[in-house]
Amino acid sequence: MRISGDNGSGKSSLLRILCGLLAPQSGEVIWGDQAIYKDRDQFHSELIYLGHIPALKADFTALENLISLALLGGQVTTAKEALQALSAAGLADQAHRVVRTLSQGQKQRIALARLRLPQPKSLWILDEPFNALDQKSNQLLQSLLVGHVKHGGIVALSSHQTLSMDDDPQVVRLEL
Amino acid sequence: MSHPASSVSIFIGIIRRDLQLALRRKSDSFSALIFFAVVASLFPLGIGPETKLLMQIAPGMLWIAALLAAMLSLHKLFTEDFIDGSLDQILLSILPLPLVVLAKTIAHWLSSGLLLALVSPILALQFNLPFDCIGVLFLSLLLGTPLLSLIGSIGAGLTLASRGGGTLLSLIILPLVAPVLIFGAGAVESYQAGLGLTAHFSLLGAMLAIALFLAPIATAASLRIALE
Repeated sequence: MRISGDNGSGKSSLLRILCGLLAPQSGEVIWGDQAIYKDRDQFHSELIYLGHIPALKADFTALENLISLALLGGQVTTAKEALQALSAAGLADQAHRVVRTLSQGQKQRIALARLRLPQPKSLWILDEPFNALDQKSNQLLQSLLVGHVKHGGIVALSSHQTLSMDDDPQVVRLEL
Repeated sequence: MSHPASSVSIFIGIIRRDLQLALRRKSDSFSALIFFAVVASLFPLGIGPETKLLMQIAPGMLWIAALLAAMLSLHKLFTEDFIDGSLDQILLSILPLPLVVLAKTIAHWLSSGLLLALVSPILALQFNLPFDCIGVLFLSLLLGTPLLSLIGSIGAGLTLASRGGGTLLSLIILPLVAPVLIFGAGAVESYQAGLGLTAHFSLLGAMLAIALFLAPIATAASLRIALE
């Protein structure tokens, strides 16, 4: 699902409602066959949410950040796997640098490298994942997302850029 | 190979993460310790070198100084995670939120309250307290400081999204921790008076047991409210 809309139209709020961080004023979010708040832990085990800020610890290295985020999400990751994910995102040289010293785009790429870790999470909710990314990373991310959907995964993302994957017939578009 | 993490390993992982962060930024723990030492040293300067009087007020005074020092770092319990977006990830962890909160609170205690308890004997020497009283003071702080972190975490959750949270936090929490102060400092005083420790330590222990169970639940609820 692809959500677009003007600034302040509620894209982020909608995504936060979808992953249960925000309670909807009316109605409820159903995952599988029950409302998400009824079994949060089960729902969280299938969900990756990346907010509009990269959720990285400035005092940790890229590698440590990735491993600790994966652990919070319920997955034990080895340093080797985390390093592979970072290399795939083009960050092999920055893996051992403290995040405070990296640029905005690099931080965003570390956050996105979480999607490349080996894990059985089917639902990806991404808030403005293309922000601050360069052309090449942008393309890499799009092919990653398309690949995930091809393997039966679900992606919900917000973006105000035009993307080449928008023409894909599988993409559901929502204009707020 | 990557594999699903057990709840225990996530719990320990969160404690390790927060301790590592505290180690990378030692100044926070240090400033609480130095604050504790400075406040404890100001009292004799203000009151005068009257050994007997100092001995009498030492337990209560050290307890108050420790309590204030513990307040200093409390507002940092969640604010940094809130600002850099990690708190969302913590809320979306597969571990139930009260357990995550408990892990963070334990890490906070290890990097603040425990250190305060550990240096208290050195400060107590300034007041000419006998060694056995110092031992009691240390034990009472060891039982009492986790309570400060646990009760404080509720306030830290509640004041998370408010501006000037630090002051508000102290205003909310200080009245709530008064019983901890009363029984903590009371333990040393009653020992000095030869009345035994059982009653005070039992009460502190009971409060700790209740807080271990209830405070994380209350904090989890306050965090969910704060983030909406």
